[in-house]
Amino acid sequence: MDITINVTDGVPIYRQIVNQVKYLVASGLLKPGEELPPIRTLALQLKVTPNTIVKAYDELEISGVVHKRRGSGTFVSEARPHLALRERRRIVEQRIDGLLAEAHQLNFTADDILRMVRERKAAMDPAADAEPKEVEK
Amino acid sequence: MGQAVVDVNDLSRSFGRKIALDGVCFRATAGQVYGLVGANGAGKTTLIKHLLGLLRAATGSVRVFGFDPVREPVRVLGRVGYLSEERELPEWMRIDELMAYTQAFHPTWDASYAGELIETFGLDPSKKVRELSKGMRAQAGLVAAVAHRPELLILDEPSAGLDAVVRRDILDAIVRTVVDDGRTVIFSSHLLEEVERMSDHVTMLHGGRVTLSGALDDVRHSYQRSRVRFAEHFEQPPVLDTALAMEGGGRAWSVVHSGSLERFHHSVLALGGEIVESRDATLEEIFLARAGRSRQPVEAA
Repeated sequence: MDITINVTDGVPIYRQIVNQVKYLVASGLLKPGEELPPIRTLALQLKVTPNTIVKAYDELEISGVVHKRRGSGTFVSEARPHLALRERRRIVEQRIDGLLAEAHQLNFTADDILRMVRERKAAMDPAADAEPKEVEK
Repeated sequence: MGQAVVDVNDLSRSFGRKIALDGVCFRATAGQVYGLVGANGAGKTTLIKHLLGLLRAATGSVRVFGFDPVREPVRVLGRVGYLSEERELPEWMRIDELMAYTQAFHPTWDASYAGELIETFGLDPSKKVRELSKGMRAQAGLVAAVAHRPELLILDEPSAGLDAVVRRDILDAIVRTVVDDGRTVIFSSHLLEEVERMSDHVTMLHGGRVTLSGALDDVRHSYQRSRVRFAEHFEQPPVLDTALAMEGGGRAWSVVHSGSLERFHHSVLALGGEIVESRDATLEEIFLARAGRSRQPVEAA
């Protein structure tokens, strides 16, 4: 499982694992029914205390992303569309929050950003959107 | 689970006029990893030597598995694995002799596990300890410390001076110890990133005293690091309530602070500033802030 831990960004490690597993599930990289690595394997891979993995898997189970089968392992739950939507929104919203904070520092308003997002989208994908383009700011 | 493996109560110790430990309390429960951090001379090794019965508690008490390790060394040490910073190993022994020698003290010795580790580490069993490199000594010491599958593994600065490969071997040994039926690890380290990854609990020693102790996530959550911007320039760090350490200059400062976020926010506002970003501090930031505080107090009265 492709997970990266960053100890310098201030987010608890178990939470980094929870967020990244949710992201893998929401983006379809982890499929319903797929098994997550055993605690021992993931702890060895990430070089973290096994209790952190236990904590992360417990939290994922509480939020319905995975379920545990007695005597075997931890599996991705069947798709729950509203959950996936909520999670997808959360991921994008995090990025938007960062963007807005940075834009504020650089003296752009939210409206400037909205316009710039449309411009960038049009530039990346000229055929999809025929709105007239403004090129300022 | 939840049973006290180590219980140190109000332990003090002096060497001559130097106070090495001052009223230290420390508890470890089964199945958890405990990180000990602190500057050189803070008392980490002295505390560990008390757990092993190498030093007798002058004041206070030390219990390991409920026993006094000085009075009942056999009942304690047979269940403990220990790797010291100096890795005191008999120089004249070959690795296979060292294993046979260590095995003799430990009825629970798992020879196939020892063999597997020696092979993984690529150690030559016929080599003498004195011929080993620093990293190989650490690996040999590690095998001797874990192959009897101790209920309590104690590592004193296991990573000191080692390359990334051997450090990884040591972290793997910690993980395996805890995963296998809830055994306990206590390790000291000056590599705070390692402690942050591997510990469930952290205890910080400073001048022989415990300055900080608790579940790692709780400890980190009680300290924040904030980026702050002010309308005016400050030549000197501005005085902010609850701040422990500050760096930066002019209008932009980065502050490590503890306790009430509201109090901090108030005092930033009072100086015409705003908080740009706040997050839990990392262990390294907390450590540096706590260590720096005694030299250069920046906390408001």
